[in-house]
Amino acid sequence: MPDVVLRTTGADSPDVEVDMSTTLGSLDVPDPVFTASGCAAAGLELAPFNDLTAIGGVVTKSIQLAARSGRPTPRMAETPSGMLNSIGLQGPGIDVFLDRDRPWLEEQGVRAVVSIAGGSVDEFAKLAGKLRGQPVALIEVNISCPNVEDRGQVFACDPNAAAAVIQAVRRTAPSQVPVFAKLSPDVTDIVSIARACVGAGADGLSLINTTLGMVIDPETMRPTLAGVTGGLSGPAIRPLALRCVWQVHAALPDTPLMGIGGIRSGTDALEFILAGASAVQVGTVIFNDPSAPTRISHELRAALAARGIARLRDVIGLAHRPPQLRVPETPDPPGDEPVIPDTAVVDRSGHVVTFEDAP
Amino acid sequence: MPAVQVRGEVLSVKQTGAYLAMTLVASGIAEQTRPGQFVALAVSGDDGSMLLRRAFSIHQVASRGVYGGTIEFIFSVSGKGTAWLAGRHPHDPVDVVGPLGRPFALPKDPANCVLVGGGYGAAPLFMLADALRKRGCRVDFVLGAANADRLFGALDAKRMAATVAFTTDDGSYGEEGRVSDVLPGVIDRVRADVVYACGPMAMLEAVYAVSAEAYGGAGIPTQVAVEESMACGIGVCMTCVLPVIGDDGQTRMVRSCVEGPVFAGDRIRWDALGTVPADTVGAIAAGATTAAR
Repeated sequence: MPDVVLRTTGADSPDVEVDMSTTLGSLDVPDPVFTASGCAAAGLELAPFNDLTAIGGVVTKSIQLAARSGRPTPRMAETPSGMLNSIGLQGPGIDVFLDRDRPWLEEQGVRAVVSIAGGSVDEFAKLAGKLRGQPVALIEVNISCPNVEDRGQVFACDPNAAAAVIQAVRRTAPSQVPVFAKLSPDVTDIVSIARACVGAGADGLSLINTTLGMVIDPETMRPTLAGVTGGLSGPAIRPLALRCVWQVHAALPDTPLMGIGGIRSGTDALEFILAGASAVQVGTVIFNDPSAPTRISHELRAALAARGIARLRDVIGLAHRPPQLRVPETPDPPGDEPVIPDTAVVDRSGHVVTFEDAP
Repeated sequence: MPAVQVRGEVLSVKQTGAYLAMTLVASGIAEQTRPGQFVALAVSGDDGSMLLRRAFSIHQVASRGVYGGTIEFIFSVSGKGTAWLAGRHPHDPVDVVGPLGRPFALPKDPANCVLVGGGYGAAPLFMLADALRKRGCRVDFVLGAANADRLFGALDAKRMAATVAFTTDDGSYGEEGRVSDVLPGVIDRVRADVVYACGPMAMLEAVYAVSAEAYGGAGIPTQVAVEESMACGIGVCMTCVLPVIGDDGQTRMVRSCVEGPVFAGDRIRWDALGTVPADTVGAIAAGATTAAR
């Protein structure tokens, strides 16, 4: 754990130079904010609103081997602080992507994280193989896909299936490019899936994909989405996402994580960094604010500066440090010194909180 | 010029018939707006719980004057987002992205143009009428609505057009019936060369059907501005798709925000709206496992 002296939150020190660089496996990036898959297409549409070279990079919409039309409409429903989507991975297929979108990203100098999605281990392996020789910063494996060879069981929900995909991708992917597995929160124990992916060769993990939800239209008295269920995203899932990052970082502290889920502001991003993410992705907020990637990067920088933190790297996972004994800022009342047991924590108001076992 | 995102300022929210008209100071948008384009507004404030942008056709713009560039759009309260908009006061900020989408295509040479609008869907047709008249086109309007209250822009239409035909479902104004009932007569009478339409999808489909059968089945070109619900308005969310036939004759699920909202009527798979036709590029065979998120 880095030794960081924390200044009081809210101190006025915006002048602090903050080193925002971070590392994701073998990839070094100058900024930790990425766009999330499915929320930025392949970058082009966001260029009028962001300098995409200044952020960490663009994570493409998941690319498949063949073109796919996606599902019928309605594909979307607004929910409190979030939305459901059931797009069905509409996309032109990897050959069109490589011909059309990839050159644009390269010309612009945008770091491209290519998200790949397949219906079988073999499809994933083929997709990764097609990225050989391509200027790809990182490969994100969207394993929240149904496995057509296993009755549509989602890869991300089974440690063995998840590991099989990652192993196959790692074998065919360009060797110098980090491979990250994007995990679904819709599992009993996300740590066991995370361990399986890392054991199979994942260089890092992206946490989390959407969580399955639904809405029923009270007028038609039927599901609102044509696909019945959809992926819930947005600030509504942020605490759930943060918990996943926290748990996985606690279990696998040396594995780089990309934190994803309802990030809307720089301080939201900071929460994920503190929970153990080396970088973050912003997704649904882009629909609300197309310049959000840039804004959140600036806000995160300001939030670090305001706390006197000169390097983003110093606070990755910092929230996991044990609670520290703090001396109350208010002078002690005259009389006997308060006896504070070893397992006690003094909170900001000076109250002594005692635990039976140190957490 | 690409679309811009600006912090707009409410100038006014006024009742106009059954609808509301909001005027926003939104510099950088008014100056480059063309007829048929739209704006996407964030609702519920910077920290609000409604994340999806609301899209509105641009009704009028003023690029000069005391307030700089202003845009006006028409809406009605149909949910929490539009209720929030209706509750804005002068000087309140509203985040605006625009102008978005493909505008109506204008004829190269003077032509006889029939502009068909349903309810407040007629809103973008007045900028279009202006642009057409500047090119020496004849403009005739057909405006329809459920009732007289819900007709939009009747006075403007009368001022701008050679003729205006009105229809209402209940007969409270103009002819009782639908715009598609009177459209064949208007097309013949004015020797129309092109039909432009904006309104509910069912109306657009009926208008297209009439136009395609005009002049004894020869048909005339139709441009329609579609209404599909959108989350972003800028082409990244993939929710506003509809089946459209491309130049290569293939059907694709196309984003109405960036490839529309204006389409040639004969490119839309009207019979298949709300579905993915089996011959769509990349359609999943019936019964196959559906894709993931």
